[in-house]
Amino acid sequence: MQKFQISRRKFLTAAGIGASGLALSGCDVFDGLARDSAVRDFMEGTNGLTYRVQRLITGRDALAQEFTEADIRQPQRPNGVTAPDDEFYKGLLRNDFADWRLEVTGLVEKPLSLSRAQLLAMPSRTQITRHDCVEGWSCIAKWTGVPLSLVLDEAKVKPQARYAVFHCMDPIEQGLAGDIKYYGSVDLIDARHPQTILAYGLNGKPLPVENGAPLRVRVERQLGYKMPKYLHRIELVDTFSAIGGGKGGYWEDNGYDWYGGI
Amino acid sequence: MDNPHIREMADAASASAEAGTLVYRQSAWTRLTHWVWAISLFFLLLSGLQIFNAHPTLYIGDQSGFGFDNEILAIRAENTPEGPVGYTRVFGQRFDTSGVLGLSWVGDTPVGRGFPAWATIPSYQDLATGRVVHFFFAWILVVTLLVWLAASLANGHLRRDLAPQLQDLRRLPGDIASHVRLRFHHAREYNTPQKLAYGGVLFILLPLMILTGLAMSPTMNAAIPFLADALGGRQTARTIHFAAMLLLVGFFIIHMLMILAAGPINELRSIVTGWYRTDPPIDGETNSGRSA
Repeated sequence: MQKFQISRRKFLTAAGIGASGLALSGCDVFDGLARDSAVRDFMEGTNGLTYRVQRLITGRDALAQEFTEADIRQPQRPNGVTAPDDEFYKGLLRNDFADWRLEVTGLVEKPLSLSRAQLLAMPSRTQITRHDCVEGWSCIAKWTGVPLSLVLDEAKVKPQARYAVFHCMDPIEQGLAGDIKYYGSVDLIDARHPQTILAYGLNGKPLPVENGAPLRVRVERQLGYKMPKYLHRIELVDTFSAIGGGKGGYWEDNGYDWYGGI
Repeated sequence: MDNPHIREMADAASASAEAGTLVYRQSAWTRLTHWVWAISLFFLLLSGLQIFNAHPTLYIGDQSGFGFDNEILAIRAENTPEGPVGYTRVFGQRFDTSGVLGLSWVGDTPVGRGFPAWATIPSYQDLATGRVVHFFFAWILVVTLLVWLAASLANGHLRRDLAPQLQDLRRLPGDIASHVRLRFHHAREYNTPQKLAYGGVLFILLPLMILTGLAMSPTMNAAIPFLADALGGRQTARTIHFAAMLLLVGFFIIHMLMILAAGPINELRSIVTGWYRTDPPIDGETNSGRSA
């Protein structure tokens, strides 16, 4: 039997061919994984697995890491919409949000309509946390606001409610039927988490427009896209079927995972 | 043709024709998990580069320096008077990498993107799908690593084949010398560089990949806050994740070259069927332990 042992020259030639073959393998072969393909849907199922496993191994009230004043080294980086181009919003802004209300609706026994003054009068929590964007960057800032659990308690959430849906004022996309405004949701475990606050303050000052004035959500155990800005209504639901495309959020309806804990 | 090396090789070849025996080298567990890892790592790499492209800059510490400088690597594009250029900046050293890194062509259009279309899944910018693919194969990788670990503890693969012995260290210089000369002695046992390379990937690089990956998860940060701290902060973890990727790619290239050099048919047969053709023992060597 001929023994297969090659010379150095043959070896280098083969290695070169191998390397160029790798470069030519071009990954548009896998572009069939585009949105709504069956294979992608199947793979997306792992998000549910991640969600369940992370919930299992993480204490219900386990806190996200908190930092010190010394860690605040830069302004909070804004992302997404930073100046809502919307007449309703601009009108509220001109009046410094005096006419703005936070509505709490849906599966609650006592729907609420809270003014900024009412929210400011409620007990607050201040936390220095790291904001992790789905894109990969992080930024540490100090957030002040009302724990969402206090607002939910006041509204008396009905037992069949499963998610808190955040409806926002910022147009994120122009749809055929008009502007689509940002929306998102979390489960009630994260909604009631001690660090989940409706933030009106950033780094000791009122929340600026670019970061979501007058009110944004902080969900510290998830990625940034799970923390909607420019809030004006919180709706308690038991299903996403009537919310946007039915997946629980604007980015979720555009291919992103609903669970943003990873 | 009076080259002693060639004569030696010819002798070895005729000897192996007589004495080279097929041995059962790789268990079904090893072979199956090997190929699942190969597929998973391929998709993890290309979807990982897709995710990297969403923010093609790496930092040291907890956060990303926008108002200060803690950058390690940036693969970006910018407009110059001469037109758009792609650049790669490593530890402050800037290189023009137009065409491949920072700026590459999609058809006739120059597009600013970290890694080029041929290196990402999908080929176009789609962070959401990149994440779906990445986490799917991350789960597959973790589960098969655990299956492999259990099987290898049970069937002795770990202790018998992978754990370096004292004699392996003594043999290391000789093994390196023969690898550099691309002269291999094929035996059932792994040689020392193989034990170190496979062991390093399975017990250092891949666990480091998983840990740095978990350290980037905000929920894991609440579950085990010490993890990101131990790794130097979330952004350092992201940088280590990237560096470990480079080492894994380096391992893959050397792995392929060694297989080509040592005889791809025999090597492939062993990782597909389990059966491996060995060389006769070298004189003076008690065991046949210097393989490829």
